[in-house]
Amino acid sequence: MNSLDRKLFRDLLRQWGQLIAIALVVSCGIASFVMSLSAYDSLKFTKTTYYNQYRFAEVFASLKRAPETLSDRITEIPGVGQVQTRIVVDVILDVPEKEQPATGRMISLPSQQHPMLNDIYIRRGRYIEAGRGDEVLVSESFAKANNLKLEDTLGAVINGRWQKLRIVGIAISPEYIYEVRGGASLFPDNERFGILWMEREALATAFDMDGAFNNVTLTLSRGASEQNVIDRLDRILERYGGLGAYPREDQLSNHIVDGEIKELEGMTTVIPTLFLAIAAFLLHVVLSRLIATQREQIAILKAFGYTKAAIGFHYLKFVMAIVLFGATLGTILGLWMGKGLTELYAEFLRFPIFRYNADWRVVFGAIAISIFGAIVGGLGSVYKAVSLPPAVAMRPEPPPEFKPTLIERWGLQNLFSPAGRIILRNLERKPLQASLSILGIALAVAILITGRYFEDAVTYLVDVQFRHVQREDVTIVFNEPRPARTRYEVAKLPGVVQSEVFRSVPAKLRFQHYQHRSGLTGIQANAELLRLVDRSLNTVNLPADGVVLTKKLAEILHVQPGDVLTVEVLEADRPVRSIPVVGLVDELMGLSAYMEINALNKLMREGQTISGAYLRVDANLANKLYTRLKEIPAVAAFTTRQAALDSFNEISGKNMRVMTFILVIFASIITFSVVYNSARIALSERSRELASLRILGFTRAEIAFILLGEQAILILLAIPIGFLLGYGFAAYMSWTYNQELFRLPLIITRSAYAFTFLVVSIASVISGFIIRRQLNNLDLIAVLKTRE
Amino acid sequence: MKGIETQQQTVFRMEEVSKTYQMGEVKVRALKSINLELEEGELIVLLGPSGSGKSTLLNILGGLDVPTEGRVWFKGRNLTKASDADLTRFRRECVGFVFQFYNLIPSLTARENVALVTEIAVHPMRPREALGLVGLDERLDHFPAQLSGGEQQRVAIARAIAKRPQVLLCDEPTGALDFQTGKRVLEAIELVNKELGTTTAIITHNAGIAAMADKVITMRSGEITDIQRNLVKVKPSQLEW
Ligand SMILES: Nc1ncnc2c1ncn2[C@@H]1O[C@H](COP(=O)(O)OP(=O)(O)O)[C@@H](O)[C@H]1O
Ligand SMILES: [Mg+2]
Repeated sequence: MNSLDRKLFRDLLRQWGQLIAIALVVSCGIASFVMSLSAYDSLKFTKTTYYNQYRFAEVFASLKRAPETLSDRITEIPGVGQVQTRIVVDVILDVPEKEQPATGRMISLPSQQHPMLNDIYIRRGRYIEAGRGDEVLVSESFAKANNLKLEDTLGAVINGRWQKLRIVGIAISPEYIYEVRGGASLFPDNERFGILWMEREALATAFDMDGAFNNVTLTLSRGASEQNVIDRLDRILERYGGLGAYPREDQLSNHIVDGEIKELEGMTTVIPTLFLAIAAFLLHVVLSRLIATQREQIAILKAFGYTKAAIGFHYLKFVMAIVLFGATLGTILGLWMGKGLTELYAEFLRFPIFRYNADWRVVFGAIAISIFGAIVGGLGSVYKAVSLPPAVAMRPEPPPEFKPTLIERWGLQNLFSPAGRIILRNLERKPLQASLSILGIALAVAILITGRYFEDAVTYLVDVQFRHVQREDVTIVFNEPRPARTRYEVAKLPGVVQSEVFRSVPAKLRFQHYQHRSGLTGIQANAELLRLVDRSLNTVNLPADGVVLTKKLAEILHVQPGDVLTVEVLEADRPVRSIPVVGLVDELMGLSAYMEINALNKLMREGQTISGAYLRVDANLANKLYTRLKEIPAVAAFTTRQAALDSFNEISGKNMRVMTFILVIFASIITFSVVYNSARIALSERSRELASLRILGFTRAEIAFILLGEQAILILLAIPIGFLLGYGFAAYMSWTYNQELFRLPLIITRSAYAFTFLVVSIASVISGFIIRRQLNNLDLIAVLKTRE
Repeated sequence: MKGIETQQQTVFRMEEVSKTYQMGEVKVRALKSINLELEEGELIVLLGPSGSGKSTLLNILGGLDVPTEGRVWFKGRNLTKASDADLTRFRRECVGFVFQFYNLIPSLTARENVALVTEIAVHPMRPREALGLVGLDERLDHFPAQLSGGEQQRVAIARAIAKRPQVLLCDEPTGALDFQTGKRVLEAIELVNKELGTTTAIITHNAGIAAMADKVITMRSGEITDIQRNLVKVKPSQLEW
């Protein structure tokens, strides 16, 4: 080690406290970068591998019924790779020891060999045997949620007949990573919805589908146009009650999985950037101070012939050392957390394979961005150091210039004690450094607000969706449209206190060249169990004619109230009609198009017809209702609001708590680091002044007040700015989370502000405490002896 | 060192050198048309009151600063035309500096302070040897804070001479020291001048020191008012002030 490096090493050691604080900020940034990027890469890779190995289809379509011969015509569509026809039906299941009925989606499997597309991975047990119509494979999540084991039996009403199904295997499939039923339920409820795979022949016999199919999936050949294939497929299936084909991108499970993975991608940029920006700022502050105190040392090095490059590199190495230390720590931590996170996700998503691969890109990326941060942070001061002419550097720095401050110009100085005036003048003299400190703390505040925002927004979303919009206890869906008089039977079911019927129709909505494949929901004009609400949660009236859209759907279709939509119904006679948009609702989950139920019946040119009902149930009689529902063949699906709420909370809640915890730690580190560093530097710059004050008879408390008072003012200024900034971040988040599945409203609660204030205050007080102790150890004589 | 006594060679030549500092609106003329020649192996003392331009002159000689007007030669090398990089090389290869406040690097030991210079020099002494010359072989591994002012200044001298410079420039080397300590420092400088034949310039505002010089240059308000040659040099140990 040469002497200059030895100096570097000792300079680093002397300020270790400050430097570790900065390195921690760097390591937080790098850790979050490495963690999220490696998890993102790994999950994407794992997902793709899973999809490929299990031949996940690329286009999906449901229809009413088509002869198997149609499959050849589908195969002939240019661009189609492989075609797999299936039978898919939802049935009500009686799960042993469960009161509530569950919905099972039965999917046909070829009995001889594994399916060509959407293959299953058998975790336990075996594949179904040919000719055994009572054997089923059950999805793992459903089995787990209901404690189902091999050889257990499930009761099911299959086409009006009570039947026992024997579980021979537990399986998973790339098609149902998230087991979501679709329609109104967008979140998995593994206890009440699951996938059952069954031999095709048996399923065909039960549902009158011999030599026919009602679901087709296919892959595309290389270079094929997805949209062309979908259009051609739709045309072929039109005659057979096709419900509209859709690409893998819109496949619900895949859509949710991609959303989850995408969230990680978002984390790879925003948070690390914030941290590195703060680290760069702290490095700048510390290095400028170091260079200011080493003016003469720099001059000496120059006098003895050290080149500018050598001196510049010396100080750059100083920042590099801190940053690389932080980056190494962060990378190790990030790899560890990344592996954990990937594992967590892979387990959560039940991937049968698991690959954690943090390639060199991640590590080099981390090092590159940290070096970039170091250079950004260090460059200004390093440049100042090397451009200092040696002769000038030998002369002591001129004393800082003090001008009358605003306070004096406004004649307010008598309001402040001398100590107060010292504080104010110091703040005014170094506006840039003060503003940067404020910005650093404000960012920490903003990070906390953003973290809390997620929690609050989701709570609000849940409240709106499950208390204001959906107010029913149970929703039942019939396997096919029923005459309106069925409602009286429904009302008479045990435990039903109130019931409202609905009609839902699969349809394509079109406006100009925009279109969306969703449905129309007809509800009663005076509906109470499903309320249409606007932004302020006021009830929106449902006009007797026209359609009311979820605002997000209106956005997608580029329509406003008054525009006329083209509705292409995908059921029965498939009428195509024009309907005016008459209103918008602010629902936060899913996309809906509502009509008055009679208007919808009229549009369908049908008599009064219903698809299902919302029920309010007497809790004491609920079990009776459930038992009864299990026996009614006409009921194809059944959901309870509480179950949906629980499932949503379970999925989002855990993630939120972990996120908030991490963000609190991150923000505390930032706050501590910024406050500690700026106070340390103020102490170093002004130790002479403070020592002189002590000699003049000021008490320790008084000089602590001068030093820490300055920091306190910075923090107090930073907090409201951070609130604003956090509000901005939250607004940005709310904007990015404006998705089809759900939308996060811009809600920041008072408790979020209070919580943030508390965390920042605690972090500040701790750093203030440490500084206070160092201040008490101020060596008066030594300080006065140093020449400056 | 061939025939130093008989035919002395000119080391530095200054022609019409002026230096003006711009201080806000006012111009400070630190040097006014200086003409000067320094010979090889000479020990020069620069006398003059504070603010008379001594440091400015020395800094220009040492390549730390450049004149506003005029020309400076070092052994036929035109320093006024030199680039920043050339001046850096000039300082690295040819010049040793000693300053009033020692200016040691506080985080390096005596030996390391010297090594700082020997590491980048062409034919340096070993740090221990240089410290031996100034009588500090016992204090090699002490940090500046553990040394007295005189000791620190001797480390600074060791650091300046360790590279065997052709010129040694000392700006008030005894300014911060008491009488006895100052003398020991001057002895060290003289020793270097004599043993190594290094052309040496010492700034002082202390006229008593002038007696040890070959040549005494007196300055006032940026001008050289007098140049004297001492016929008899006094040993530093016998100086009085
Ligand atoms: N960097 C500078 N900026 C402005 N004025 C300077 C600077 N360096 C020296 N001076 C001025 O030049 C004059 C000569 O200074 P200097 O050479 O340091 O004198 P001496 O060393 O004899 O005390 C003084 O008036 C001083 O104030
Ligand atoms: Mg001077």
